[in-house]
Amino acid sequence: MHEMNQLTTFWFWVIGGVKVLAVFTVVMLVVAYMTLAERRVSAFIQDRLGPNRVGPFGLLQPIADGLKNIIKEETMPGTSAKLYFVLGPALAIMPAVVTFAVIPFAAPLPTPVGTVDMIVADVPIGILYILALSSLAVYGIVLAGWASNNKYAFLGGLRASAQMISYEVALGLSVIAVLLLAGNVTLTEMVWQQQQLGLWFVFPLSLAFIFFVISALAETNRLPFDMPEAESELITGYHTEYSAIKFSMFFIAEYSHVLTASALMATLFFGGWDIPVWTGDDMFWHEGALIRGFDDAGAPIAATPSVLITLLTLGAFCTKTAFFVFLYIWIRWTLPRFRYDQVMHLGWKVLLPAALGYIVLIAGTMLVLDQLGVPFGLLYGLVLTGVSGVTTIAFFFFIDRDRVIAGAHGMGAVARRREASRALLARRAAANPDGSVS
Amino acid sequence: MTEILFVLFAVVALGGAFGVVLSRTPVASLLFMVATLASVAGIYVLFEAHFLAAIQVLVYAGAIMVLFLFVIMLLNLGHDYRADLKYGLWSLLALVVAGLTAGVLGQAFWGASDTGFRGDGAAVAAALDAAVREQGAAGVIAEPLFTDYVVAFELMGLLLLVAIVAAVVLAKPKT
Repeated sequence: MHEMNQLTTFWFWVIGGVKVLAVFTVVMLVVAYMTLAERRVSAFIQDRLGPNRVGPFGLLQPIADGLKNIIKEETMPGTSAKLYFVLGPALAIMPAVVTFAVIPFAAPLPTPVGTVDMIVADVPIGILYILALSSLAVYGIVLAGWASNNKYAFLGGLRASAQMISYEVALGLSVIAVLLLAGNVTLTEMVWQQQQLGLWFVFPLSLAFIFFVISALAETNRLPFDMPEAESELITGYHTEYSAIKFSMFFIAEYSHVLTASALMATLFFGGWDIPVWTGDDMFWHEGALIRGFDDAGAPIAATPSVLITLLTLGAFCTKTAFFVFLYIWIRWTLPRFRYDQVMHLGWKVLLPAALGYIVLIAGTMLVLDQLGVPFGLLYGLVLTGVSGVTTIAFFFFIDRDRVIAGAHGMGAVARRREASRALLARRAAANPDGSVS
Repeated sequence: MTEILFVLFAVVALGGAFGVVLSRTPVASLLFMVATLASVAGIYVLFEAHFLAAIQVLVYAGAIMVLFLFVIMLLNLGHDYRADLKYGLWSLLALVVAGLTAGVLGQAFWGASDTGFRGDGAAVAAALDAAVREQGAAGVIAEPLFTDYVVAFELMGLLLLVAIVAAVVLAKPKT
């Protein structure tokens, strides 16, 4: 929409096509190399080497894997519902590859034909587009599980639908806190608001970020929430009966979701393509002109986009996204899997009420700040950071109940429980010195 | 371009609606329903109602229909639907209700031209564009919903609550 102000219709279509092709290719390549990263990082965590034989440092491994998956024999279970069995992987991969379209990945780029936004489609509904399409991802998994006509696959599909519905709620509620502060749903505007606030949203909305990370892990079916494909219980869950490229399509879908979720964490909470501290990269379309900010009188200051700024901001975006992809892998190879009832308990009884309460708190604090006439800026952000910080610490204190934070030296609750049972035994022994059973 | 897309979405929406009624397995019906809902969302996008389209997909296609699918699969429904079919007085009643609904829809469609329902397309689109720029895609819907129509909105919530209570009463085992 914004490009139309600057580019002619012809160039709008040409550049739009180039952007679609480029982003799609890059996303698919990154997804392929995420599988390699996962295997190398897991090997590193487990003190192994990982795949390092195909090409230098194993860099050609994803290509070998892809080739293998394409030319392998495809099996089709005789008792499956054929149409839905084929439809499953197709429906799984479709939402996964289109969600990246609304994420801005760099500052606008000046070209001879006009300034080009570094985003495939700056739709006015922004984040809602991602939420809507990723809510469709569950159909692929559920249909695959059901059509396989296999009890393990079926249970995997059912678990997937229950889990994804439950955590969509928490995910949506954690995003609402961001929407309150940003005041809009488009991701370009969220990046701009973080530049205006002078603080990335992870500080004023620390608890929302934690909720977002937890629910995004559950939505992408990654450990510790990979109940739909829990190997120890369900073989591999919904894709038990799949082989060759259909099997691989589920993996491409999963890793694309991981990539999109990582890019979203970077954009919603870590400033997107914003470079910290430096304000020279701040850019936003304001009434048809690209601006850098407002002066004291409230008049817009024109921005000067350059190729260098675009490249630097692209680098910033890639670094942040890569960190969150690494975080995903790190968590997967560190934490054990939840039990199914624990997943449901966490989703409905902890995250849902906590996220609702947090929204009330953030909205209330913002109302007070607005009533006091505090301008949207650093002070505004710092007050919210204080409120959020206290809430975050309280939340962790509540759900941790000194199991982790107290650490091994005190053993917290465990030690107290052991102490209590020892005291109980001692009391019993004192009351019953001859040791007879009453 | 817009006309081609509209025809495409309209055909898929209508075809899906027929598919819902005509297909024998409940899972197929459900997928046709999802296709219909998604096509209606596509038509909303053609009308520049992006927010409505997103909510349509998010709520109906992405949440409610997934729950339907969940229930169909969990209870393994649809093998003996013939016993559930009701004939006689019930089919007559269904015909009456269908006729009344068609009448209401027809009245809304053909009788609306003089009530300003079909205004000047370009002017409406321009006004909508300005409003979206001013308030954002969500604000355009949220503001009237929570000011002018707040009573109706709350009553809708009450209606859903009544439906939930009714479901609980129906599902309770008869003692």
